[in-house]
This record gives sequence, C-alpha cells and structure tokens, in this order.
Amino acid sequence: MSRSIKLKKGFDIRLEGIAQKRLAGAVSPVMFGVKPIDFPGLIPKLDVKPGVDVLAGTPVFHDKLRPEIKFTSPVSGKIVSVERGDRRKVLEVVIERAGTGSVDFGKADAGKITAEQIKEHLLESGLWPSIRQRPYHVIANPGDQPKSIFISCFDTAPLAPDYNFILENSSLSSFRTGLTALSKLTRGKIHLVMKGNSADNKVLDGIEGVEKSFFSGPHPAGNVGVHIHHLDPVNKGEVVWYVNFQDVISIGRLFDEGVYRPERIIALTGSEIINPQYFRIVSGGAVTQLVTGNVKAGEHRYISGNVLTGTNIGPEGFLGFYDSQITVIPEGKYHEFFGWAAPGLNKFSFSRTFLSSLIPKKSYKLDTNFHGGERAFVVTGQYEKVVPMDIFPMQLLKAAIAQDIDMMENLGIYEVAEEDFALCEFICPSKIEIQSILRNGLDLMRKEMS
Amino acid sequence: MIMNSLRKTLDKLKPHFTKGGKFAKLQSVFEGFEAFMFVSDKVTFKGSHIRDPLDLKRTMTVVIIALLPALLFGSYNTGLQHFRSIGTDPALFQAFWFGFLRILPLIIVSYVVGLGIEFIVAQIRGHEINEGYLVTGLLIPLIMPIDVPLWMLALAVAFSVILGKEIFGGTGMNVFNPALLARAFIFFSYPAWMTGDNVWTEGLTAGKNIIDGFSGATPLSLAAAGEITKLPSFIQMLIGTIPGSVGETSAIAILIGAVILILTGVGSWKIIVSVFAGGIGMGLLLNAISANTYMELPFYYHLVMGGFAFGAVFMATDPVSGAQTEKGKWIYGFLIGVLSVLIRVLNPAYPEGVMLAILLMNVFASLIDYYIIQSNIKKRLRRAKVALNTNIK
Repeated sequence: MSRSIKLKKGFDIRLEGIAQKRLAGAVSPVMFGVKPIDFPGLIPKLDVKPGVDVLAGTPVFHDKLRPEIKFTSPVSGKIVSVERGDRRKVLEVVIERAGTGSVDFGKADAGKITAEQIKEHLLESGLWPSIRQRPYHVIANPGDQPKSIFISCFDTAPLAPDYNFILENSSLSSFRTGLTALSKLTRGKIHLVMKGNSADNKVLDGIEGVEKSFFSGPHPAGNVGVHIHHLDPVNKGEVVWYVNFQDVISIGRLFDEGVYRPERIIALTGSEIINPQYFRIVSGGAVTQLVTGNVKAGEHRYISGNVLTGTNIGPEGFLGFYDSQITVIPEGKYHEFFGWAAPGLNKFSFSRTFLSSLIPKKSYKLDTNFHGGERAFVVTGQYEKVVPMDIFPMQLLKAAIAQDIDMMENLGIYEVAEEDFALCEFICPSKIEIQSILRNGLDLMRKEMS
Repeated sequence: MIMNSLRKTLDKLKPHFTKGGKFAKLQSVFEGFEAFMFVSDKVTFKGSHIRDPLDLKRTMTVVIIALLPALLFGSYNTGLQHFRSIGTDPALFQAFWFGFLRILPLIIVSYVVGLGIEFIVAQIRGHEINEGYLVTGLLIPLIMPIDVPLWMLALAVAFSVILGKEIFGGTGMNVFNPALLARAFIFFSYPAWMTGDNVWTEGLTAGKNIIDGFSGATPLSLAAAGEITKLPSFIQMLIGTIPGSVGETSAIAILIGAVILILTGVGSWKIIVSVFAGGIGMGLLLNAISANTYMELPFYYHLVMGGFAFGAVFMATDPVSGAQTEKGKWIYGFLIGVLSVLIRVLNPAYPEGVMLAILLMNVFASLIDYYIIQSNIKKRLRRAKVALNTNIK
C-alpha cells in the first residue's frame, strides 16, 4: 500500500538559473578528483602515489577504520597529485584521464547471488560508499543489516535537478538491477519515495517489488531524512540505509556490465550560468569544461551540490561523490550601506520583514554575503517552521553545543543530518553555523556509541 | 558618494582599532558603529552558501518601529496630562512637543547607560556588540512614570543590564525580561516613585500651579481603592488619554504595534493572543464570582487598563525570557493573562499585576518548555520500545 504524505513545514528558496530540460550531451573532463572530504567522518588511508597508473575501479584510498571500504578511481589514467590541507589532511586525489580501461569485476545476476557476494562486489568496486546510513549520515557499515533501505526519487533543494527528466534519459533496466541487488541487503522494505502522486511519476510505473510512497510540500520534502522520519523512523540501535537514485543505476551497471562507471546526469544551475541545462558526466569529473565561457562576468562561487549543503569547489574543482548538481552564484564580498535597514524589495527572505515578501513567485539572484555577524540564539519558533519532523531543532542544537549525549539521543539526533537543518541555517537571524554544530554532534555521538 | 568616502574613512581608521592599534580598547565600539552603518562584507565559509538577509539588527528595528505609535501617543498624552493638571487645554502639537521634550531625557539616559555597559562588556568579552539593548533601551522609558528622577532611571538600567543580563552571559542568555527588571527595581527600591497618584503626571510631584481637584490617579489605583465609579470611560482608556506610564496608556497605539509585530512575524502571535485570552478568561471568572466592586468590573476593562496591552504585546513576546517551544507559548501567555488580572484584583498591595505576572512566568517559562520537550522525548522512547517488542516477536 502506498502512502501519500503532505508536508506543510519547509521553505522553497526561489533562485534564478534553473536548468532547462535539455540534455547537452556527455562531457568527458580530463581531470578527475576523488575527495575524502565528501565523506563525513572518514579517515582516508592512501593506496596510490602520484605517478601511478590506475584503471576505473582501482582503489585510490580506503577507510582507515573500516579497511574493507574502498574508494576507487572513476576513470583510467594517471595519479597526478594528492592535495592536502591543514595538518596534512588529504583533500583530494587528482587523476588525469587516459585510455578507457577498467577493472573487470565480473558480470553477475544480482537476483541469484548471495547478499555477501553483493556486498563484496560493492566494496571492491568502490560503490559501497554510495550507501549511507541513519544514524549519523555516514557511509553504511557493511556488517549491519538495515531495517529498510530508502531511495528518494526527487529533490526539493534550491535549483535541484528534475529527477523525472533524468530518469527519462537513464537506463531503467540498470535501475531495476540495482534495486534487486539492494533488496538482498535488507530483510525489510525498499522504499521508493516519489514526488506528488503516482500520476507525476509515470516513468517509475513499471518498477515493482518496492514500497512506493509519495511526498509533497516545500523543501526539505525531498530529503531522505524526512522520508525516513515519516515512514520508518530510526530508533536507538536501529539502522536505515539510503542510496541516491542515480547511484542505484551505477550499482545496476556494476552487476550488468561488470564495471565501475559512476556516470550520471547533472544539472548545471545558478544565476551566473549563461546556459543552465543538463549534462552527462562521470562522478568526480572537473567542472572546468562546463563553466568555461558559460558564466557571466564577476567573481563567483562554484558549488558542487546545491546552495544549502554543497561544497565550494572553485571553477576547476571536481563534482562531489554524492552530487547531481553544480550551482554557480555571485560572491557577496561587499559592504552594504545600512543594509539591515533597507526596505528590501530585491531581498529574498523567509521572514516577512522585507518588502519582497509582498511579491510571491518571483525568483531571486542571491549571493554569498553573510548579512550580519554571529550572535547568540535569540529568536525562537523559526527553525520549527522549516523542519517537517517531530523534532525540536533549537533544543537539539543546544544539546549538541553542550555535548550532552543523553539529551541529543533523547531529542532525536539519530534521525537527522546536516541537510535536514540546512534551511534553519539559511533563515537563522543570529547567523549561527547550524550545520557544523550538528555535524560535530553527530560525530561525537558516533564516537561515543561505537 | 558620501557612502564611499565614509567607507574609505572607516577602512583607514580600522587598523587603529584592532589589536595593537592606538585605540584597541575601543575595538568593540568601533566595530559596533561600523556594523551599524555597513553590513559586513563577510561571506559564507562553510555550511549554507546563502544566508537570509534578516539579521538581529533588522529584527530589533521592526520591534522599535512597532513601538513608535506608543511612543508618539505617549508624548502627546504626557503633554495632555500636564496641561490638564494646570487647567489649560493644549493644542495637539503643543501637547505632543511638551511631552516629547520630557520623554527625550529618559530615552537618552536609558540608551547611554545601557549601551555604555554593553560596549564595555563586549570589549571585555571580545564579542561583537549585541543588538538586544536597542529594544530594551526604548522599552524602559515607555514603562516608567514620567516624573521618575533620571538618576533613579540610570540606576535601574544599570541594575537590569548588569545583574539581569550580563551576569547570565548577555543577550540571549537572560532569565528575566531586562526592561521589566528595571521597572521592578524601582518598584521595590523606591516604591514612592512607582505607585501613588502623583508620579504619572508631569510636574505633579513638584506640585506647582496644580489646579484644585485635579487627580493624577491611574485607573488601576482608582479600581484598587474601590472607586470604580471614578474610572474613565472604556473608550477613553482605549484611546489612552489617561494617566499612566509613558507608553502604556493607549491600547490603540499598542495594537498598531501588535499588528506590525504579527504581520512581520517578529512577535509571536500565539503569545499575544493567549495573554489576552488569559486576561479575558480570568476577568470573566471574577465577574461570575462578583464578591466585590472590583470583581464586578467588566472583564474587558482589564485589557485596556494599566500595562496589560503593553505587557502582552511587547514584554511577554520577548523570545529570550519567554517560553521557547510553540506549545509552551500558549500556556505561558495564557498564565500571564490570568495572573495579571488575578494580582490586580485580589492583591491590594500591587495595583499593577502585569509586570509581576510576566516576571513570574519568566521563571516558569523553562519549566513549561521542560514538560513540552519531555513529552517529545517520551514519545520517542515509546516508539523505540514498540519497535523493540516487534523485533523480538
């Protein structure tokens, strides 16, 4: 039986620069990057050195604490460099593409092999990291058996790609294979969560053997954390897994073709992009080709992902492991004369303290200006309006700041991730770094509970 | 043009006000003024790449705008009461200007003392200056009797900012509403200046040129004395041409402020509505009992008398000292309304109940929140238990 859930809480940030429904074709970048910083809580251990030749599927680094989890090169080529940050933390391993060779993981009928063999395949190929878990919003533990697996088939984030458009241009048979493989990893259900109602999702009509649910409402209605909270909430000691739906296709491809090819369709978006549209690209590819000559004049921020949760990668950076979207917006490094007192006809705000709130539906060009300085928590009752879960966001954040483990557990930290609170951070009049606070809380819980 | 040269001047001065500069001790003050004139050029660094343009400065500004009708009417009424006391009938502007000039010193003293302390504390702590006092600084004069001596006001402000706010950690950390604390300080330390019939009218304490038979008694003290028949009419109290604290007399001016707060979403409509609901509920109950003349006073009189409306709209809605959960706000507001009327009618020692009701509920706000949050926690634990049982089966 499918469930329809209508959410009222939340907020759609109306940005300029949504991608036209047009697939510009495949881009094949020369440079690729595998980035440990895409995976929260990961301590990487390098498997390669600069100068070494790799194939698509060759391990580049692995998880120091769980060495069976490998991160592999998305293309064949040569390791160019290992970029490090503070305290020699590995930021990215850069690979220059050459040739088309890939490691042969062997074709397999996902319906016939065992769960252990499926895990083995996923771990060896480097696709395992695409499976993440609540609690903590980190890469799933191969030893666990989750009570269910969630796949979100839509995204409500600002300028998010239209998944139906992506689906129409993707291989449904690989998607089916991927679902078959995943269904072996849980005794529970595979939840396929879609937008609106079944009429909006004709493409997925033929998919069977899964539990279909429908969500509607403003962002974050498309967040998998919200779906889990409403359909199969995570209690203490329980684990739920989730996979991005384009990664399910990659998983299917692994079993159908025996290769690791994390190819996906991404949306190039944002007010500074001249021609926002869709592209086919292999995960980890440099965005240089996409943005060169395709951005307006000025200083910009290049984001892999959306404006709320994405990563600042610069004009030559690499598409993040979990991202299906590139957003380019203007930087906001300017002083604004009495900016806080302006009537604000062109300022987009969640609050109704700007004149712009009188004009619904208009899209805005927002920049990266901070709009103020950090303050203590003062205003109350705002975060609750953008978190469609039965959770007290401010109290949970305060527990995280106080590092109160019992309180965090009691207030439901196992159910949330940074992305679920990203809107709180956007609207916060005290300009608090909410996502970092929550991440620190999640990391602390993970450390204490292991 | 002016803007650019101002910006350049600020950039030139800035090094002197940072660590190692000549005026490093004034860094917080400099940054406070800089941030006041120019929104910082800081950009997002981690987390969300875009931020809502709403900040605390703007939030506080909205509250100040909402207070303006009460301030403007308060100026007029201060003049009006004064001229009535000496038996003349002033023109509208004459009354307004007279009152405004009398209120201005109160506002200046409140801001100079309060912000001065904020600047010093911010510098000691190495923080940016918080905007919280911008609102408190205007609230305090509006809940004072016009004849309050300035030194007393300064002392009350210092007390409320230091002992009411800064020792708890500054804006956002205080238990009590700082403005009400200032009033409570005078109420208990110098009761002669916060009660009685003389302090509410400009010049009445000095007693010069007062015409015979003029009484500066507020409706509340009349009611407490049982002189219900002497009360001004409901309409008069609604409009606010009655003696009382500077900004509290006009329910209409305050309601305009309430509309601004509710439309912008800056003030919690739940608290405002529930305070009124509590007041009406208690008023009706007392009407039903009707044991004395005060109890017989029609319930709606309570809403326009004294500081009830002002407290409901501007004091109870303080997000820091009030309940912080949405369900809690209903309970918090309702109890403020109930207690305000209860204290007024049943406790002859305190003719005005609103201040004490809100301060009392400030204390209980966290208790209310505690139970609301506990119910959420219990729900989560119950869910976990059910899940555990089904797994075992």
